Amino acid sequence: MSTTVTTGTEENVWNGGSHQPLGASYGKMMMWFFLVSDALTFSGFLAAYGFSRFKFIETWPIADEVFTHVPFTHGSYPMIYVALMTFILIMSSVTMVLAVDAGHKMQKNKVIWYMFLTVIGGAIFVGSQAWEWNTFIKGDKGALETKGGRILQFVKADTGERAALSDFAVAIPGERAEHQSKNGVWFYGEGSLPSYTVNEVVKGFKANSNILVRTETINEKGHKTLLSREESLAKLKSATQVVEGANLIHNEYGSRLFADFFFFITGFHGFHVLSGVIINLIIFFNVVLGTYERRGHYEMVEKVGLYWHFVDLVWVFVFTFFYLV
Amino acid sequence: MAHAHKLEIFRGLWKFKNNTQKIWGVLAFLTFITAIEVILGIIKPESLTGTSVLGMKLLNWIFIILTLVKAYYIAWDFMHLRDEKSAFRRAIVWTPIFLVLYLTFILLTEADYIYNVYKDGFVTWNF
Repeated sequence: MSTTVTTGTEENVWNGGSHQPLGASYGKMMMWFFLVSDALTFSGFLAAYGFSRFKFIETWPIADEVFTHVPFTHGSYPMIYVALMTFILIMSSVTMVLAVDAGHKMQKNKVIWYMFLTVIGGAIFVGSQAWEWNTFIKGDKGALETKGGRILQFVKADTGERAALSDFAVAIPGERAEHQSKNGVWFYGEGSLPSYTVNEVVKGFKANSNILVRTETINEKGHKTLLSREESLAKLKSATQVVEGANLIHNEYGSRLFADFFFFITGFHGFHVLSGVIINLIIFFNVVLGTYERRGHYEMVEKVGLYWHFVDLVWVFVFTFFYLV
Repeated sequence: MAHAHKLEIFRGLWKFKNNTQKIWGVLAFLTFITAIEVILGIIKPESLTGTSVLGMKLLNWIFIILTLVKAYYIAWDFMHLRDEKSAFRRAIVWTPIFLVLYLTFILLTEADYIYNVYKDGFVTWNF
């Protein structure tokens, strides 16, 4: 008996007849409800970020001074790269909505091309985020951490530019070498030591009168506070270690919570982008194979489209709260 | 499935001939807003960072409002909320807005209180 009937109505799960609640199909409505719950998750993260930031409002890092790098260039270009990333993601949202539009008109080849471009855009964005993480983890100029966990950065007095540790630190022969397991108890490992020790940085500071210490505190003009030479020397006494780059425990840019939230929120968003790319890829192959052509409609493209736009929507907020405000 | 798209944005101020044109129009608008944000973020005009409205810099309020404008056009035009039934749209939009406003209000008020405890109280983070 031939029972293989494929019609456009078979996947409609609403069983109350032909009438659809709120005029939305089952799949689309459930995608929307998932997105609402996901939006609340992200809101929780961003609100927690706001909580920590308001708690330490006077000492929070200034994003413009943290994210200043652009690939293949040197120098300081705040905002430029992340603006480009934002544009790439919006652009891939546009190709996605064009794919949905072509799907409504049953234009298979157009859907294929637009889906392909969307996947490429998403991949470029994830790659950019990986680069951004790498730059942030490696760090820029280096800093000292005090006993109280505060960060001391260095500035050149004449130009007002940030000074890297390597600009003034002096090597002291005989400072501690990295512990290697072959030299002691084999299970006592040690991560790589910073390029300089505190003593080397302090000695270099004393030898170079052009260097000043900058604390985390933001003054009423919105800049970080610069200490005088004497204040700097007094402050250096409380330094306990050299910090280069950022991880979950130490952060050369300032408050470690800033790094924690950066990794957590952009990481969670990046994970969404990654899964979005994978889902888009699956649907892309389905389109190529003609699955939706045979089903009679391209609603599946519309549903993954909703997810993809949502990822873009979240990024718009992450961009504002991490990089602008 | 019927696919009637509403083809005008800005309350009918900008009308489009077809859906594809509307998509490009919305992209142009979103790019324009992002450009304004980036330019303001780089220049940081003294007049905007100096003025404080409701405990926050005017510039930050502008950023947040521009973000909400962007979010509106992404949801309404890219995610086709404009074409959904209004009851469905309201269920999706107002639920998170209410919960997020509530959560943000509570967390930020509490954070501000803790900030003042550190500032005026006997707790120090800088020893």
